[in-house]
Amino acid sequence: MIPSLPRPFWLRAGTAAYLLAFLAFLFLPLIVVGVFAFNDAPYPAPPWRGFTLDWFLGNAAAGRTGLFADSELLGSLWTSCVVASWVTLLSALIGTSNAFLLERGRFRGKQTLSVLMLAPLVIPGVILGISILAFASRIAEFADDAFGLELDFLRPGLPLVVLGQFSYIATIATLTISARLRRFDTTLEEAALNLGASKAAVFRTILLPFLRPALLGSAGISFLMSFADFNTTLMVVGSDSPLTVMMYGRMREGASPVLNAVSLFLMIASAALALTLLRRSDAGRRA
Amino acid sequence: MAAAPVKSPGQAPLVLGLLLAPALLWLAALVILPHVDLAILSFRERIGPRQYAASLAQYKTFFEEPLYWHVFVRTAVMSVTATLLTLLLAFPIAWTIAKLARGRAGSLLFVVCLIPFWVSETVRTLGWMILLRESGVLPALLVKLGLAAVPPELLYRDATILVGLVYTSLLFMVVPLVTALESLDNSLIEAAYDLGAGGFTILRKIVIPHAAPGITAGCIVVFMLTLGNYLTPTLLGGKNSQWFTEQIYTQFITRFNWEQGAAFGFLLLGLSTALVVAGLKITGQQFGEVMRRT
Repeated sequence: MIPSLPRPFWLRAGTAAYLLAFLAFLFLPLIVVGVFAFNDAPYPAPPWRGFTLDWFLGNAAAGRTGLFADSELLGSLWTSCVVASWVTLLSALIGTSNAFLLERGRFRGKQTLSVLMLAPLVIPGVILGISILAFASRIAEFADDAFGLELDFLRPGLPLVVLGQFSYIATIATLTISARLRRFDTTLEEAALNLGASKAAVFRTILLPFLRPALLGSAGISFLMSFADFNTTLMVVGSDSPLTVMMYGRMREGASPVLNAVSLFLMIASAALALTLLRRSDAGRRA
Repeated sequence: MAAAPVKSPGQAPLVLGLLLAPALLWLAALVILPHVDLAILSFRERIGPRQYAASLAQYKTFFEEPLYWHVFVRTAVMSVTATLLTLLLAFPIAWTIAKLARGRAGSLLFVVCLIPFWVSETVRTLGWMILLRESGVLPALLVKLGLAAVPPELLYRDATILVGLVYTSLLFMVVPLVTALESLDNSLIEAAYDLGAGGFTILRKIVIPHAAPGITAGCIVVFMLTLGNYLTPTLLGGKNSQWFTEQIYTQFITRFNWEQGAAFGFLLLGLSTALVVAGLKITGQQFGEVMRRT
């Protein structure tokens, strides 16, 4: 019921209680992950045995490897960053190009193309992964048989991970940037052209600044989605694991508070990124 | 002259071509051709070293081996259950955000609800494992409260998988629901109330019909994501998870039986597409609109 109508006490109390329970449900898993990164025990489990930074800094005496000395985890963190940067760059480029194609282009089959561009979002990630894996292997095999070429980048590994993630993150970038371009006032462009600006100058000085918030927003989202992607990555990953795959492997083996430590680091990093993006989009709206 | 429309990029054939090329390359090389290839794979059978023949053997295996279609049906049923639970859980929250909270409180609550989803699913699942495993937080709490004599193992149950799936899906339900409910005019509810309608009638006759597009959009997205999920069922369900994506992984990566894996992939894709199409048909919506809404 809405506030302007009488709401009995039990309903108001019930709503408040539900809201509290819901927030607890949302945040409890994140809170325990954070808290047990500081527990002085070899397993992330109760009881609480005191505060320690061992799981970050390490403690040779106790035989504990901290996050900052765990070269395997740090390496996978770096791998994830490299992959995410490539995915972000490629998605931003194709997203911009697609936005102009869909918003400005006039050609037959545009409707079909725009629906087709949404398809990667409704294909389960696992299937995107296996289809790209199979297709890339087929091409690699063909190149080997026909020309004796070794196309290593088509074998499971980071280039395929980038392509696999890009295949659907490109759709998200396209949607974000198109939505912004649609709101552009074309009279600005007309005025600049009438005043003698070249098309390149119009693009650089008017369109690009206008698209900036959407470009930054989609870059942030692309980076985070690439970082968090698991389904597609798992199918095409080679010997270098990005962080999600590495963490998954360790979680299956058993628990260690080092995983909590790296998770806490991820939470803080993504919270910082989220806040920057929100702040920017707020400023953009006010300007 | 000033009234003449701008000759925008995209109308000159060269520019149009330059813009079309990356789009077509992306869709052809990473989406269409790989799926055609996957289809070809699924319709063949290995008859000797590097020798293949067209056949329906892979699909036949699926129907003849009870394990496979059991897992398939189970995945579908669990996904539908998870979707409905997510809807039930998310609706009151969306209602609170869209209708009850005043001024900034609403948007603040909305942002708070989105925060957990900035963190990757791996981290969230790790949290659930720490909470639920036998030596975890909740079993210890149950013992302390005297509700259990020994710490119960709360992982590796179907209910646990459902909790994890619902948790992961909430965002994708809350966002479209809030959008749909915000556009509902309060005066309609007031009018219905003045005419003597009770809460349930208002919900059934006014709120749900108005929010139907948002409900469909949310359900479709949640169902798809749940069906294709791998991480949550395998980690929270362990060996008992029996999720269909796991079968695909086993065939493709562990057993290197790509033909069988491809057939499984297509079955999953078929199920997912069928339910999306059915959902759109029932509510009479366009695919493009729904995707843009979410």
